[in-house]
Amino acid sequence: MIEVLFYVFAAVALGGALGVVWAKSPVGSLLYMVATLASLACIFVLLEAHFLAAIQVIVYAGAIMVLFLFVIMLLNLGHDYQRDLKGGAFALLSFVIIGLMAGILARQFGENAITEPTAGGRAIDAALAEHGAVGAIAQPLYTTYVVPFEITGILLLVAIVGALVLAKKSSL
Amino acid sequence: MHTALVEGGQATVDTAAQFEPFFPGLIILLPLIGFLINGALALKHARVSAAAVRLGGELDLGEGDHRPETHTLPSYVGPGVMLAAFLIASVNFIRMLSVELHEPHVIEYWTWIATGTFTVDAAIQLDQLSILMTMIVTGVGFLIHVFSVGYMSDDGGYPRYFSYLNLFIFFMLVLVMGASYPLMFVGWEGVGLCSYLLIGFWFSDREKSDAGKKAFIVNRIGDFGFLIAMFLLFGMFGTLDFVPLFSEADNLEYGGSLVTAVTLFLFLGAAGKSAQIPLYVWLPDAMAGPTPVSALIHAATMVTAGVYLVVRSSVLYALSPIASATVAGVGVFTALFAATIALKQNDIKKVLAYSTVSQLGYMFLGVGVGAYATGIFHLITHAFFKALLFLGAGAVIHSMHRSLHRTNDHQDPQDMRNMGGLKAFMPITWGTMWVATFAIAGIWPFAGFFSKDEIIWQTAAFGGAARAPYPALYQVYWVIALGTAILTAFYMTRMMVMTFHGSNRTGVEEAKHLYEAPPVMWLPLMALAVLSVVGGWINVPEALRETFIGLGPLTSEWLHRWLEPVTEQAHHIQEFNLGEVAEQAPFGGGEVTWAVISTVLALATVLTSFHLVIRKNVRAAAEDPELSGFSKVLYHKWYVDEVYDRLIVQPLIRTSRFCWRVIDARVIDGIVNGVGWAARGVGFIVSMFQTGTVNTYALVLTIGALIILGVSVF
Amino acid sequence: MINEALVLSSLLFVLGTFGVLVRRNAIIMFLCIELQLNAVNLAFIAFSRLMGIDGQVFVFFVMTVAAAEAAVGLAIIISVFRHYETVNVDNFKLLRW
Repeated sequence: MIEVLFYVFAAVALGGALGVVWAKSPVGSLLYMVATLASLACIFVLLEAHFLAAIQVIVYAGAIMVLFLFVIMLLNLGHDYQRDLKGGAFALLSFVIIGLMAGILARQFGENAITEPTAGGRAIDAALAEHGAVGAIAQPLYTTYVVPFEITGILLLVAIVGALVLAKKSSL
Repeated sequence: MHTALVEGGQATVDTAAQFEPFFPGLIILLPLIGFLINGALALKHARVSAAAVRLGGELDLGEGDHRPETHTLPSYVGPGVMLAAFLIASVNFIRMLSVELHEPHVIEYWTWIATGTFTVDAAIQLDQLSILMTMIVTGVGFLIHVFSVGYMSDDGGYPRYFSYLNLFIFFMLVLVMGASYPLMFVGWEGVGLCSYLLIGFWFSDREKSDAGKKAFIVNRIGDFGFLIAMFLLFGMFGTLDFVPLFSEADNLEYGGSLVTAVTLFLFLGAAGKSAQIPLYVWLPDAMAGPTPVSALIHAATMVTAGVYLVVRSSVLYALSPIASATVAGVGVFTALFAATIALKQNDIKKVLAYSTVSQLGYMFLGVGVGAYATGIFHLITHAFFKALLFLGAGAVIHSMHRSLHRTNDHQDPQDMRNMGGLKAFMPITWGTMWVATFAIAGIWPFAGFFSKDEIIWQTAAFGGAARAPYPALYQVYWVIALGTAILTAFYMTRMMVMTFHGSNRTGVEEAKHLYEAPPVMWLPLMALAVLSVVGGWINVPEALRETFIGLGPLTSEWLHRWLEPVTEQAHHIQEFNLGEVAEQAPFGGGEVTWAVISTVLALATVLTSFHLVIRKNVRAAAEDPELSGFSKVLYHKWYVDEVYDRLIVQPLIRTSRFCWRVIDARVIDGIVNGVGWAARGVGFIVSMFQTGTVNTYALVLTIGALIILGVSVF
Repeated sequence: MINEALVLSSLLFVLGTFGVLVRRNAIIMFLCIELQLNAVNLAFIAFSRLMGIDGQVFVFFVMTVAAAEAAVGLAIIISVFRHYETVNVDNFKLLRW
């Protein structure tokens, strides 16, 4: 059952990704992207990452994609159906390169089939059982990774200030 | 005090007495101080006269008391420091006379070079040889400085002249007093520099500055030999200080190849500095300098530095029969060769220049046959009479120049064909120069007789030594030396007759302006004339002892005895390896016989030459016909300059031009420019990758990522 | 399922890369970069089944950085658009020889 669901979502995600690359208009790309993100959120659930699945939907598909949409509409690019794909030798070379890359990666990851349950999976299951979906990730985040966490906070602050400065109409 | 002079006096000398030097450093320092003062005045004068030229005029020197201080002070400073140095040297000399000094007295001031095992101290060496040389340099130097006060008085570069002259004396003293080869080399190069500066003293004249360059470049060839010899010596002994070096030289093998190489290279240096075949060509050209300079540098002192070098290294030369034979051979052939050229020269200074080369050849013959003291003896007497001859010629040129200048005559004031009959106008110059001529011709009892005759005699004696190397060679040398003595008498008399005797050829108007040089010029002439007479008496040969005017016991072989501590080591080596020298000339006859023969020959030559030349109708330079035949070859100096030009200078110029146009302009510039073009080309090609397109950068980034992935996986 | 997730992750990644390489629209290139980031997130989560919860913590960080990047990047695109009136990257060639 789970496997079937996985393949369905995987197919949707791949289709969405292809759409992102192929869609003519930025809005189309964006909508395909939302589809991909949503199906990835479902796969996260299948992989027992419930909290991240929720975050994926709320932050990524919700906030960030809406931000993109705002910008597209702000710049009035919605009607820009001009084909902007590169063609010729460049596209061919790119295709060969990413094909090679995909081949290498898929071969590496496809080999040595991992059978569940694994040690990491058992530990996650135990943590989920003990702390709940949020607590399982909060536990290491506020203990082991507290310094990077704080730095991430600062990064967000800097990003807000930077975005404001850059997007302001009149230069400072 | 005079006990050392008495024959066999060694026993009576208080051997316990220590030699105490009297401010020897001051002897060197005083000329340097003079140089600094005169140099400062010269710079000041240059500023003043440059300002005068800027204002559109010329600096008027004025007369007598009205002269600027830059032209009055050097007259006192220049000769003054020389007199002081001479007096200090004399005190040292007298102190050395009164004690028995077996070891050289070395005074170290500071360490000059210290690298690894190689150390050179700034040290001076006081011994019998260096004090004698110091006396000559400062004494004759002083007289020539005094003469220069008169000779150069009208010259704009007066303070500059004296600063150079003082600097020269400073370096010459470093040369003779330095206690090691490197220090000697400093003086050696320094006198070369001053020689260059003074030959090209009137540097605005192209020919004269070229003569300076020629002297400098030819001397470089000799210096190369000197340097190589120093390297070899350091390799052999690990030191270049005279005292330890010569004491270790005793251990060397007689006739060893290394010592032969060293001495030959040293002789190359000596041949450059002392104008011997094949490097003599610069000296006649050096006559472009002011005449007192020719007297001081190119006759009395600097050019004898080569002889000094050989005598200083006598231990090494005694160890190498090949090098000694080379020295003697080069010396005697130079003597003959230069004498033949002097026969046909018309420039009064050129005659004297070739005569100097010839006499230097005699000195080298002397030191080449192991008669080191005799070589120095001839050096001393030659310093007296040749300085006198040059100064006399200077007085003549001075007078001629002024006369021609005032009558706006553009004749050559140095050409003897334009002179004649100057005896009536310049009696003092005439008299003193005849004294010098007798001296150089070797007529008893003038100075040159004793020294030159002794060299000739020693050549014969050396060739007749029990185990002499190449005895036949030395017999040839002896014959040539005798023949050259006759040539010397001939060309000197010719010069005197052409200058002072016969009818006057200057022209009627010009003759009215001819008169004797001022006292400041003829007083040095008188002093040198006295020295040219008595100079030879310091070393009366043993054989003539009884016959000589009462001085015999006192001065017989005095110089030999005086220089004994310096030369005895060399003499021991020579005696040990060659045996006793002969008491007979090649064709029989002893020392006295040949002395009488040579002086009679010389006197006869002088008389014959006098009559021959005076009867010959000498015509003024402008009307003189072209020479032909052998005379022409001699007049053109055997075409040696032309041969050198063809064989060395022109190929060198062609090679240089090839190096310039092909090697430098094409190959080297090509490489340099090619590198530049290559950089630009590569930059142009590489800059194509800088497309400015984000996708391209992303692609390259991805390729890089793929490569890293591939490497980490496979 | 972990193997399959990893293969999916690599396919999504190369698709994102391809998009970055061939698209000229700056916003779509941006979206493709987000796609690459998501592919990496998927890989992290898949590996967390092997190595433990730390992988998920890193996904959290990646999302935060992606948010910051989106904010700044879009601000840049806006200011560039104001200047050039286009978001086609072929028109931005100032850094050229």
